[in-house]
Amino acid sequence: MSSKRPNQLFRNMPAKVAAIPMVVTALFIFVGGTAWTVVYSFTKSGLLPRLKWVGLDQYERLWGTNRWLVSIENLAIYGICMLVLVFVIGFILAALIDQKIRFENTIRTVILYPYALSFVVTGLVWQWILNPEFGVQGIVRDLGWQSFTFNPLYSPQIAIFGVLIAGLWQGSGLVMVLMLAGLRGIDQEVWKAARVDGIPTWKTYIFIVIPMMRPVFITTLVLVVTGIVKIYDLIVAQTGGGPGIATEVPAKYVYDMMFQAANLGQGFAASTMMLVTVALIIIPWAMLEFGGKRRV
Amino acid sequence: MSDISTSAMEGPRGPRIRRTFSRHNIVLYGTLFIVAVYYVIPLYVMIVTSLKGMPEIRLGNIFSPPLEITFEPWVKAWGEACTGLKCEGLSIGFWNSVRITVPSVIISIMIASVNGYALANWRFKGANVFFTILIFGAFIPYQVMLYPIVIMLREIGLYGSLTGLVIVHSIFGMPILTLLFRNYFTSLPEELFKAARVDGAGFWGIYFRVMLPMSVPIFTVAVILQITGIWNDFLFGLVYTGPESYPMTVALNNIVNSTQGVVEYNVNMAATIITGLVPLSIYFVSGKLFVRGIAAGAVKG
Repeated sequence: MSSKRPNQLFRNMPAKVAAIPMVVTALFIFVGGTAWTVVYSFTKSGLLPRLKWVGLDQYERLWGTNRWLVSIENLAIYGICMLVLVFVIGFILAALIDQKIRFENTIRTVILYPYALSFVVTGLVWQWILNPEFGVQGIVRDLGWQSFTFNPLYSPQIAIFGVLIAGLWQGSGLVMVLMLAGLRGIDQEVWKAARVDGIPTWKTYIFIVIPMMRPVFITTLVLVVTGIVKIYDLIVAQTGGGPGIATEVPAKYVYDMMFQAANLGQGFAASTMMLVTVALIIIPWAMLEFGGKRRV
Repeated sequence: MSDISTSAMEGPRGPRIRRTFSRHNIVLYGTLFIVAVYYVIPLYVMIVTSLKGMPEIRLGNIFSPPLEITFEPWVKAWGEACTGLKCEGLSIGFWNSVRITVPSVIISIMIASVNGYALANWRFKGANVFFTILIFGAFIPYQVMLYPIVIMLREIGLYGSLTGLVIVHSIFGMPILTLLFRNYFTSLPEELFKAARVDGAGFWGIYFRVMLPMSVPIFTVAVILQITGIWNDFLFGLVYTGPESYPMTVALNNIVNSTQGVVEYNVNMAATIITGLVPLSIYFVSGKLFVRGIAAGAVKG
C-alpha cells in the first residue's frame, strides 16, 4: 500500500506539471481571490484591508449611498435596453444577411469592425459625434432647425442613452455573428417544409426558427449579460460618470472606492454585489445547460 | 457548347427567383445600406476630423470632408499631446502596450496550449474540477479579484510594473484560451495520439512533434484573440501599472479627457484612431479567423 501512493501521485506527471498554472489560477485567484473579497466586505477596511468585523455595515452604507443607487439604476436601464436592442438588432441583421445576399462578406465586416475596437476608442468617438456644438445637434441646427435639441451627454436625464448608442454600435456585431451562425445551423428542410405548408416567413422565424436556436440564444445571453455588468471603460471614456453622477455604474463605484477614495470596505461590498448579480444569471444557466451532471 | 454548360451552371439554385429590382430587393439592400452607413460613420468621422485643422473644425461640421488635409494632428498626437502636466504624446503608451502585449500573448498561449493539451489527451484525476472552476471564473466580474491581485503582486514586488500586468493578462486569458485549445485537441483524431504513444513518444514529444505542427490555425485564432483583447484592455492597465508604464488605452483616455488647456479635437481624434489602428488592422487582415475567435467564446465543447 505505502509503495502505491507515490506511484499514483507521480503518474502522468508532465500533464500535472502542465496544469499547475491552471490549478494555481483556479484555486488562488478565482476561488481564493473571490472568497477574500467577500470576507473583507464584512470588515471595516479603509486605506488598507484589516480584519475588524463590522457585520453588514458596509452593505447598509452601500445601499444608503445615493451614488450607488444611481449606479444600480443606470446599470438596470442600460442593461435592459442594451439586452433587448442588441438582440433585436443582432437578430434582424443576421436574418437580413442570411437572405443569400450579395456582398455578404463586406456587410459582415462593416457591422463587426466596431467590436475589434476598445471601449475607450468607442467612448471617445461617440463623445465627439454627440458633441452639442459640432456634432449631430450642431449640424441639424446649422441646417436651419435652430431649436433642435439632441444633447444626451450633457443632459443628466438621458445621458445614459448616449452611452447606450455607443454600446450598441460596439456590441451588436457580436450578436449578429453569433445569430448568423445559429441561423446557418438550421436545417434547410425546415424552411422547405414551412414553405410547403404555406407558413409566412415571419411566422416561421418566430415560431419555428427562434425556438430551434435556443442554445445560441442562451450562450449569447450569458456573454452579453456578463459584458453589461462589467461595463466600465466605456463610461470612463465617454462621460466620466457625468454630468454630475448621471452615468455612474457599479464597476466605476468599485474602482473609485478602492483606488481613489481609500474606502476599501465599500469597494469590496460593491464588488460582492456585482458578483451576486452575475451569480444570479450564471447559476440557473449552468444548471439548465449541464443539468446536474458535470460536463463542461 | 461551353455556352450551354455555363448557362446551365448559372440556372436557379434554390429559392432565389426574384428579379434584381423587385420591391423586396430594394427594401433589403436599402436597409443594409443604411445599416452599413451607420456603422461606418464613426470611423469616417474619426479619420476626417483627424485630418482637419482646428479653424476648419470650428467652422464646419464633423461630417464634411477636410478642405485642406493636414497630418499635423497625427504628429502632435504621437509626439506631444498633453496628459495633465506632461506633454509626451501617445508614443510612450504605444511602446508600453507593445511591451505588455507581446509577452502576454506569448506566455498566455504557451500556458493555455500545453494545459489544453493535457486536459484533452492526458487527463488526470481532478483535472475537470479545476477546469470547471476556471471556466466559471471567466464570468466572475474582474472587480471582485482586483484587490487580492494587488496584494499578491505587491508581495512579490511586481505591483506597478509591466511584468505584473503581463502576469495578470496571462491569468485572465487562461479560461478562454484553455477552452479553445482543449476543444481543438479533443477534435483531433485519437489514433494520431495513440500511434505516437506506441512509437514511444512522451508528453512533450507528442506535443511538439505531433500536436504543434497540426495546430497552426488554432494558434493563429488564439493570437488574434489575445492581441485585440490585451491591446484594448483599460481596467488592468489602469490598476496594475503606474503613470510611467500606462498602456496606450489609458494614455489615450488621459490625453482626451484631460481638462487643461484648449481642447484640440483633431489631435484627440488622431490619437483615438492611432490607438484603434492595431486591432483594426488585425481585424481587417484576419477576417474569418477573428470571427472564429469570438465564436469560440460562445460555443461550449
